[in-house]
Amino acid sequence: MTSAISPGPATALSDGTRYPYRHLLGIEGLSRPDIDFLLDRADGFVEQNRQADKKASTLRGRTLINLFFENSTRTRTSFELAGKRLGGDVINMSVSTSSIKKGETLIDTAMTLNAMHPDALVVRHSESGAVHLLAEKVNCSVINAGDGSHEHPTQALLDALTIRRRLGRLEGLVVAICGDVAHSRVARSNIHLLSIMGARVRVVAPPTLLPSGIDRMGVEVHHDMERGLDGCDIVMMLRLQTERMKGSYVPSIREYFRYYGLDDEKLKAAKPDALIMHPGPMNRGVEIDSVVADDISRSLIREQVEMGVAVRMAVLEILVTNQTEPWAKNQ
Amino acid sequence: MRPTLYKNARLLDPASRLDARGGVLVRDGRIAEVGPQVFVDAIQDDVEVVDCGGRCLAPGLVDMRAQTREPGEEHMETLASLQAAAVAGGVTTLATLPNTTPVIDDVSILEFVERLAQEVGLINIHPYAAATKGMRGQEMSEVGLLAASGAVGFTDGTKAIADAVVMRRLLSYATMFGRPVIQHPEEPSLAREGCATEGETATRLGLPGIPACAEVMMVERDLQLVRLTGGRYHAAHVSTGAAIEAIRKAKAEGLAVTCDTAPQYFALNEGAIVDYRTFALMSPPLRSEADRQAVAAGVADGTVDAIASDHNPEDQDSKRVPFTQAVPGAVGLETLLPISLGLVHDGTMDLLDLLDRLTVRPARILGLEVGTLAVGGWADLVLFEPDRAVRIDAHRFRSKSKNSPFDGKPAQGRVWRTVYRGRTVFDLEAEEPRPRREPAHA
Repeated sequence: MTSAISPGPATALSDGTRYPYRHLLGIEGLSRPDIDFLLDRADGFVEQNRQADKKASTLRGRTLINLFFENSTRTRTSFELAGKRLGGDVINMSVSTSSIKKGETLIDTAMTLNAMHPDALVVRHSESGAVHLLAEKVNCSVINAGDGSHEHPTQALLDALTIRRRLGRLEGLVVAICGDVAHSRVARSNIHLLSIMGARVRVVAPPTLLPSGIDRMGVEVHHDMERGLDGCDIVMMLRLQTERMKGSYVPSIREYFRYYGLDDEKLKAAKPDALIMHPGPMNRGVEIDSVVADDISRSLIREQVEMGVAVRMAVLEILVTNQTEPWAKNQ
Repeated sequence: MRPTLYKNARLLDPASRLDARGGVLVRDGRIAEVGPQVFVDAIQDDVEVVDCGGRCLAPGLVDMRAQTREPGEEHMETLASLQAAAVAGGVTTLATLPNTTPVIDDVSILEFVERLAQEVGLINIHPYAAATKGMRGQEMSEVGLLAASGAVGFTDGTKAIADAVVMRRLLSYATMFGRPVIQHPEEPSLAREGCATEGETATRLGLPGIPACAEVMMVERDLQLVRLTGGRYHAAHVSTGAAIEAIRKAKAEGLAVTCDTAPQYFALNEGAIVDYRTFALMSPPLRSEADRQAVAAGVADGTVDAIASDHNPEDQDSKRVPFTQAVPGAVGLETLLPISLGLVHDGTMDLLDLLDRLTVRPARILGLEVGTLAVGGWADLVLFEPDRAVRIDAHRFRSKSKNSPFDGKPAQGRVWRTVYRGRTVFDLEAEEPRPRREPAHA
């Protein structure tokens, strides 16, 4: 394992001709060529996914396990489709955390699955770092499908692909990430990815929903939404994760919507052609107004879902292929 | 027992500021003579002579904060393995927390544990008793009766005594029996669910944070109560510059306040938790580099009275889980001296001052007549080599638990021999070679 703060062994080759790791545990520590390489590959799958025959055979004979310790429909389905379209065998395992003894079973489960020789494990877990722990215990490639409040790398990649296809670039764009940044792995992965790619990132949230030290991650911090959206190219909304809110971070949903819900009025502060993104599932009327969410000229929300499958196909294909490469390092 | 002469040693006695070549003559378990003249005077036929070869001979270490797991969780540590670990670390007096199962909040349990410890008999074990019944933080335990049965202090262990009224009454009442109230200084409502110091590191790792000020908040509240009651207060494992500064001022004011820290708080900072290393998960959590430096400075200037191992045995089930679900704490008895010596090697303080924090100062806080080389006192000694390069290897620990954040790390300082009441209870040269294994985290 390399450090989460400055990962990437010096020997890992990041020249844009390959993705140098065996796992995808997070965006932090990846280089610009690494990300370009993943996005370029994903771009190639977009057209394939629009054909009547979507099936490839790159992963024929390979086994992928979706191991979800936390409920998820869209991410799991997206990975499942991605694996199947590449011709792999996909197994879904949903382990509800309430029904197991915490933690102990994580490693036990990992060891059990490892003994069945899967080629990739796609893991979601409610605790930050759980996927790293699991990756230390197995021989196959591990893809982080979201761990606690830490990272959700494929979400950031699919967001980047969506933006890149629409606007042709990431560099120089102004992106406002709005909402529950404190509890959001999507926010962290996007902050890393967008910063690496040369975009300017702002976070917009009440102080109670911002983690301490977020300014040290190279973002501009705003509490006033209109100021935060001023002149931005992309408005990225986050779900207000009420199920995670163990204390009272905001007084009420209606007060939250008043100050931080994205509606037509607040959107006027952004560039006239600013685009709207949301990782889903949306809480309409909490963080986003339906009028805005459903505005097909500005909302990229459906495209994000489409790009998700392409990105996950690219990640699965690259990692599973890397497994046999001697130069592929643990991330 | 034949008298023993430890000759050709570098004698270090912080209580008398002695740092000189010489020897110690031990007769009937007590120190009979100390000093350079012992060479000539004491050579008799019936004396066993131990040539120290110029190594350092100091009072056995006094560790005022360690956890045993017996009774209750003997798979993590027994009183026997605890004492074996202690002597391997040069410790001859150990104060243990009451957080066993059952909790030591009753005279019968206290005496039971004291008797079990004495049956092993390698060192002095002095249990603390719970400050409140069941360590629930509500009703005061039988402070007087427990003190009479040997409790050296009152604490709720790893839990803060959060209720101000309870703390006020404890401070007023326990002082009557001359025992300190020992606090885990952390405002619990700010610490709830947190597992790392709030800030950039925790944010990058997506871990719930505890603001560093949770410590000084509790210390300052307690200091107000000390002013109110005149109580005897000890803050355990202080880890922030702010708390140390508050204690520094309280001491200048003349309050009966002391504190300790543990080696991890001056040897490590929060950077040790990246990669979600649960062995570096502590309570209080590891702090910023600025706080680490402030702790080292506090130890050096004496504001921090004692260095305690904060020995906290945990098994794999408690540590091989996601960071947020892991149990905090590290074993520390066998690394106490080498890691603490880092403060000498990096020029932060001199050896005699360091030994002061490891021997006589904690002994005085606990009201124990140990930790010195005084003639007539028990011959509790440690023979060590401060410069010897070692590599910490947790698999060779005598402790049943191996959860050390220092595993695999290089350090300087080796304990060669530990003597308890004149009896050699640890002798590295006579030890069976212990199996060596590669560190789990290379």
